[in-house]
Amino acid sequence: MADTHAHDTQHHHGADAAHPPGGHATWQTYVIVGVILTVITAVEVGIFYIEAMAGVLVPILLLLSALKFFIVVFWYMHLKFDSKIYSRVFFAPLFLATLVVIGMVILFKVLPRYGVG
Amino acid sequence: MANTAVVHEHPHHPEPYTATGLPTLKLGFWVFLGSETLFFGSLISMYMVYKHESVVGPYSTELLDIPLTSISTFVLLMSSLAMVIALDQVQQGSRRGGAIGIAAVAVLGSLFLGFQAYEFTHFYHEGLTLQTNLFGSSFFVLTGFHGAHVSLGVIWLLVLLIQLLRGGLPPGKSLQLEIAGLYWHFVDIVWIAIFTLVYLIE
Amino acid sequence: MATLEARAPVTQPHPTKKKNVVWDLMTTVDHKKIGLLYGVTALFFMVVGGIEATLIRIQLAKPENDFLSADAYNQIFTMHGTTMVFLVGMPIAVALFNYIVPLQIGARDVAFPRLNALSYWIFLFGALFMNSSFLIGQAPNGGWFGYANLTSEQYSPGMNIDFWALGLQALGAASIMGGVNFITTILNLRAPGMKLMRMPLFTWMALLTSFLIVTALPVFAVALFLITFDRFWGTTFFVTQAGGDPVLWQHLFWMFGHPEVYILILPAFGIVSEIIPVFSRKPLFGYAVMVYSGALIALIGWGVWAHHMFATGMGPIADAFFTVSTMIIAIPTGVKIFNWIATMWGGKIRFTTPMLYAIGMLITFTIGGVSGVMHATSPHDLQQTDTYFVVAHFHYVLIGGLIFAIFASLFYWFPKYTGRLMSDRWGKVNFWLFFIGFNMTFMPQHWIGLLGMPRRVFTYSAELNLTGLNQLSTAGVFVQILGVAVLFGNVLWSLKRGAPSGPNPWGGATLEWATTSPPPEHNFNRIPVVHTREPMWLESAAAEDAARGTPEPHIHLPPSSYWPIFTAFGAVLTFVLFLTNLWWAPLIGLTWTTLGAINWAYEPTH
Repeated sequence: MADTHAHDTQHHHGADAAHPPGGHATWQTYVIVGVILTVITAVEVGIFYIEAMAGVLVPILLLLSALKFFIVVFWYMHLKFDSKIYSRVFFAPLFLATLVVIGMVILFKVLPRYGVG
Repeated sequence: MANTAVVHEHPHHPEPYTATGLPTLKLGFWVFLGSETLFFGSLISMYMVYKHESVVGPYSTELLDIPLTSISTFVLLMSSLAMVIALDQVQQGSRRGGAIGIAAVAVLGSLFLGFQAYEFTHFYHEGLTLQTNLFGSSFFVLTGFHGAHVSLGVIWLLVLLIQLLRGGLPPGKSLQLEIAGLYWHFVDIVWIAIFTLVYLIE
Repeated sequence: MATLEARAPVTQPHPTKKKNVVWDLMTTVDHKKIGLLYGVTALFFMVVGGIEATLIRIQLAKPENDFLSADAYNQIFTMHGTTMVFLVGMPIAVALFNYIVPLQIGARDVAFPRLNALSYWIFLFGALFMNSSFLIGQAPNGGWFGYANLTSEQYSPGMNIDFWALGLQALGAASIMGGVNFITTILNLRAPGMKLMRMPLFTWMALLTSFLIVTALPVFAVALFLITFDRFWGTTFFVTQAGGDPVLWQHLFWMFGHPEVYILILPAFGIVSEIIPVFSRKPLFGYAVMVYSGALIALIGWGVWAHHMFATGMGPIADAFFTVSTMIIAIPTGVKIFNWIATMWGGKIRFTTPMLYAIGMLITFTIGGVSGVMHATSPHDLQQTDTYFVVAHFHYVLIGGLIFAIFASLFYWFPKYTGRLMSDRWGKVNFWLFFIGFNMTFMPQHWIGLLGMPRRVFTYSAELNLTGLNQLSTAGVFVQILGVAVLFGNVLWSLKRGAPSGPNPWGGATLEWATTSPPPEHNFNRIPVVHTREPMWLESAAAEDAARGTPEPHIHLPPSSYWPIFTAFGAVLTFVLFLTNLWWAPLIGLTWTTLGAINWAYEPTH
C-alpha cells in the first residue's frame, strides 16, 4: 500500500490540481494581475510613440515584455505556487530557446556589423 | 496519512502512485510546453534574422499597425484572465461560472483570430503575400503558426465546453481544463514575445 | 519464496480471449511489444541502409565507375544517411528505452502508453512513405542534411526533396512525443526508493537523450517547415534573389543536427555503462561523475553546432567560439572512457560477446573521438571538411560507438526479451568479422580523406592514386556483411533453440533482471521498493520477491486501443497530402488526426 512506500517527496494524490501546496491565488488576485498586464502593455505602446525614448526603446521593451511573460507564467500558469519540478522542465528548454534567438541575432546581425562575421 | 486525498471517480482505481507526487498528465504537458518554446524560439529567430532584409516592398515599417495590434494583444491578455477565472469556477464546482468562463475565453480567442484575419487580408490588399518578400514569408509563417495554435486552442476549449455542459467536468476532473489553460496561457506568452519583437522593436 | 512465479490476477476490461496477433500488435499499448516493434523495424531498416552502403562502396571501388549514375548515387547516399540516422539509430534507441526503462525503474508501463503506440505507427508510416519514393525513382537526393538552396524548387524540381522534408517532419513529431513520454516516465514512475541518483545509468542516459530530443527536434521541425513552404507555397526563406540566406538553413539544421548525434550516442554510453560493470563483476566506477558528464555533454552539445560550418565564412569570432566549445565537450566524453576502464580495472572480467562489443566500442569510439577533436580545430577542419576524413570520423563514432553498443545490447538483453540465450560462440565469430570488416572499411578512409578525396561525390579520378585504399575499404563491407549475416542467423536460431536463460543469466544488477524472462505483461507482481543502485546485487531477495512473488490484488493495465494507429495514419497523411499541391489538402489529414485525438481523449481507460 502507498503508506509503506518510502517517500522522497510528499504525496499529493490529485491534490495538486485543486489545492496548490504553496498558496492559493484568488480570482481577485487574477484580476489585479490582469490589470497589471494591461498597464504594462499600455506603457509599452506609449513608450513606442514617445520620440525622446527612441534610444532606450529596445532594452525597455525587452524588459517589460519579459516582465509580462513571467507574470503570466508565474501567476496564470501557476508556477509560483506549484512544484519546482514543473519550473525546471519548462525553464531548461526556455533557456535554450533564448540562447538560440540571441545566438542567431549575434551570428547574423551583430558580428557582420562589426566586420567579423 | 498520505492516502487521504484520493479521487473517487472510480472507487476501484485510486490515483496511481507517482515518484514526484505530481499528476503525470500535467508533468508531461509542461515538458511538451518546454519543447514548444524551442519551436517558437526557432521561428522567432528566423524572423529576427530576416528583419529588414527584404529586397523589395511592401516593408514592415509601412504595414505594421501598432494601435490595432495593441488592441488584439489586450484581447488575448484578457482571454488569459478569463481562462484562470473559468478554471477557478470549475474547481469550485460552479458549472454555470465555468461555462461562461470557457465560453468567454473561446470568444476572446476568436476575436483575436478575427483581428489576425483582418490584418492578413489588409496586408494582402497592400500587396504582401507569402511569396512577395522575406517580410511576407517570415511574418505570415510566424504569426500563422501562432494563429494556428490559437485556433486549435479554441477548438479544444469548445470541446471541453460541451463536455462541461454535459456534466462531464466536475472538480475532480478539473485537471483537463487546467491543461487546456496551460496551453492557452502559453499561446498568450508566445504572442507577448511576438508583439514586442515583431511590432514594437522596429 | 515458495510463491515465486505465482500468476497475478491482471485486470483487463475485456479479459483474454484469443487475440489475432496482427490486431494485437496494431492496438497494443504495452511498452515491451512496442519496443520489439521498434527494434524489429529498425533492424529491418539497418539492412536497407546496409544495402545502400554496399551500393555506395561498390560504386567507389574503382575510379570513374559506372555502376551507379551520379543521380542514382545521390539518391543512394542520401537515403543511406537518412535511413541510418532516422530509421535505425533513433528508433533503436527508442526501442531500448521502451523495453528496458520501465523495467529498470520498476514501473508497469510508460507514462502515456497510447502516445507511445502513436509514436511507433507514425514512425512506421513515415518510414514507408519516405522509402516509397524509390518506387518512382525519386528518392531523396540532397544529402541527409538537405542543404539549401540545392533543395529549393529551382535546383531540385522533382519530388525527391518533398519526400525527404515531409517524411522527416512526421518522424520528428513522433520523436518529440516519445521524448515527452520518456521524460515523464522517468520522472514520475520510478519505484519507491529509486531516487534519481539510484537510477541505472542506462535510464539516466535515456532521460538526457529525451531532453535533447524534445529540445532539438522542434528546431528541425521549423527548418523543415521553411523548406517545405519554399517548395510548395513559394515562400522566400532560402531564395537568394529575395535576400534569403542558405546559411540560415545550415544553422537551423545543425542546431538540431549536433544534439542529434548526442541523441544517437548517449544511449550507447548507457548500454556500455550497464554491460561493463556486469561483466567485470564490479559496480560502475564514478557513478555520479558518469551522470554529470552525461548531463554536461547534453548541455554543451547544444553549443557546438557551427563546427559543421567552419567553411561557411562565419568569421573569426564564431569560428573561435565553436572551436573552443567543441574541444570542451571532449572532456566529459573522455572522462567516461576513463571511468569505464576504471570499472574493468581489478574486476573479474568475463569476455562474453556483449563484453567484447562493449570493449570494442570503447576502442573504436575513442578513435572516432580523436579524429573529432582534430575536426574541432577550425584551421584543420578547413582541410578535413568535405573529405573522407569526416566520413571516417563519424563512422567510427556511429558504428564503432553506437552500432557496437547496439549489438552488445542485443546479446545482453535478448534473454530478457525471449527467455533464451544467443549462441556466445557464434556471437564471437560475428564480433570478430564485424570488427575486422568495419576497420577495413573505415580506417583507410582517414588516409583517403587527408589525401584529398572529397565526400558526397559519385566517383573520383584514377590520378588521385587512391584506388587501392578504396578497394580495401570496399572489401571490408563484405566482411561486415558476413558478420551481420552470422548475427541474424544467431538471432533466428536462438529464438527457437537458444538455451533457456532464466531471469538473470548474467548476474545483472538492475531491476529488469528481477522479472521472469520474458517478463509478464504487468512486469512486476508487486512494485519493488529499492534502497540501492544495484538492487539485484545488494537486495535481490526483496527485489525478486516483489517481481515474482505474491502479486498485488488489483493490477491495472491500460487497455489496447486502435486510436493511436488511426491517428498516426492521419498525422502522416497530413504531410503526404502536400504532394497534391493543393493548399487545402493537408487539412484533410489534420481533420483525420483531430478526430482520432478526440476519440482517443474520450476513450475509457479503465
